[in-house]
Amino acid sequence: MLRRMLWAVVTVVFVVVLNFFLFRVLPGDPAKAGIRDPRLTREAQQAILERFGLDKPLFLNFSGNPFDSQFFRYIGNLLRGDLGISYNFNRPVFDLLGERLWNTILLVFVGELLAITFGILLGVLAAWQRGTSLDLGTLLFGLFTWSLPTFFLAMVLLILGSTYFGLPVGGMQTPGLSRADSWTQLGDLARHMVLPTLTFTIILLGEFMLIMRSSLLDVLGEDYVLTARAKGLSESQVLRWHAMPNAMLPMITLIALTLGFTVSGSILIESVFSWPGLGSAVFEAISRRDYPMLQGAFLLFTVAVVLANLCADLLYSALDPRVRQV
Amino acid sequence: MRTLCIFWLSLRRTPLGLAGLVLLLLAVMMALFAPWLAPYDPDAPVRATIATIYAPPSMEHLLGTDDGGKDVLSQFIYGARVSLFVGFVASAITVFIGGAVGVMAWFYGGRLGSALMRITDLFLVIPDLPLYVVLVALLGPSIWNVILAIALFGWTSTARLVYAQVLSLKERQFVLRARAIGASRPYIVRRHIVPLVLPIILAQNALVISLAILAESGLAFLGLGDPTLISWGTMLNFAFGRGAISVGAWWAILPPGIGIVWVVLAWTLLGFVIEEIVNPRLA
Repeated sequence: MLRRMLWAVVTVVFVVVLNFFLFRVLPGDPAKAGIRDPRLTREAQQAILERFGLDKPLFLNFSGNPFDSQFFRYIGNLLRGDLGISYNFNRPVFDLLGERLWNTILLVFVGELLAITFGILLGVLAAWQRGTSLDLGTLLFGLFTWSLPTFFLAMVLLILGSTYFGLPVGGMQTPGLSRADSWTQLGDLARHMVLPTLTFTIILLGEFMLIMRSSLLDVLGEDYVLTARAKGLSESQVLRWHAMPNAMLPMITLIALTLGFTVSGSILIESVFSWPGLGSAVFEAISRRDYPMLQGAFLLFTVAVVLANLCADLLYSALDPRVRQV
Repeated sequence: MRTLCIFWLSLRRTPLGLAGLVLLLLAVMMALFAPWLAPYDPDAPVRATIATIYAPPSMEHLLGTDDGGKDVLSQFIYGARVSLFVGFVASAITVFIGGAVGVMAWFYGGRLGSALMRITDLFLVIPDLPLYVVLVALLGPSIWNVILAIALFGWTSTARLVYAQVLSLKERQFVLRARAIGASRPYIVRRHIVPLVLPIILAQNALVISLAILAESGLAFLGLGDPTLISWGTMLNFAFGRGAISVGAWWAILPPGIGIVWVVLAWTLLGFVIEEIVNPRLA
């Protein structure tokens, strides 16, 4: 338990260091590129260097205080929740990301919940009807949705949904509704959520379905299922009390494993539907060369995935005593 | 050669695998013969007029034109090149690094081995797409940087898989016997481990290729594709950013999307079937 938490801390530190070096060592940041502009006077160049702290040594300061360097300033700022100022919005990145975080969580949460629910249902159905055309159908559906590029599915659903069902094409709220009563606003939000959530669900559904199917098939071949059948329990009793609880275990790991997938999904889906979350922040940051914003979003995404992995690990060992003993 | 033969025999019996193979071969042919198949040169400058921008499909342009008045069909045909190229090159590097790390972690064992796997775990946790986005955004959008990003950080799952496979192999009877009669470690790796790990790597490779193609198209869609090359992702990026949806120009959106699904599905089917052949499930 303690070792797992320690490992998560190590991972977070690694991510923080990686985040620093990626953005400092690789070329491309306009703050660094701008200094090389030959039209600037030497004094102006020096002023820019000092303003961004680029006059300090990269990692360790050998003349004077060893911690007065770019790296330790970055760590210090990070601990104070300072992720820099967005080039594009001219506001602290921390505040901007904080505003958008909940929108992403809302979308991801509902999408995951639907995908897990339907994935389990269809997976159980497929395993139950093994070898039938229903089973083959779910397999083909799973392989097909796995091969779908997320943003393409989003675009197709956007066209279909807005043309034939009159659903909104993007954003979270219809302009001008901010003073309407809360029920109207909630309904409006729900209408905006339909298409992005549907995309999320379809993208994730296939994998959940296939894993649930194979996991249940594994369990159904176990001796204790045979014993339960021999005791004269009905098929649905066997399924509910003996097979399902054990078949559910791999799903927990899978939810953690698909989190990386969820993150890339949220970047692509939010970009298509202009959903004001972290994913579309990445999209906007790319097109506007807003590096502090990109850096902050990257850090937040990775730390979130690390923490979610830790939670899944802890949950898994709490549910499966066999893991705890090892 | 003999393994390939057995492989072909088992592949032939599964309709899914055969479908994947046919889909893949068609895509490869299209990419190879693009200059002869495409009705127009996609790089030739076109004088766009109101009438030729997002023109619907006609006899002249079978799949209509895009936002610049260029023929969509020709771009679609050339787009196969980028997807397949990125898939092949990125997966080749990925599988090489992953396989090497996995085998080395076992070969050297002890401290170094577990350190290698620990590093693998660190990279495994980081979500792929944000990392690729950051790398390509900082290095500049070119096809080589896209490949570099995918290859540099995509090898982790292969390394884990190979390591797990090698670990389970080394306790098997024939490896123990080879060691008992004094075979050296490099000899065992060469003669016993590699031939048995190779099929697993092959199945994993198909999966890695489909993931690489998806990653490339996603990056291109986000505006990080190579600006000098036509890829399906770039086509979708332009269609999305330049109003194809509001104009209702489905012919600029569907072909590139279907192209990506086509190639990725081909590799997914192949990977799935290879996995079934190599690692048959009793259920």
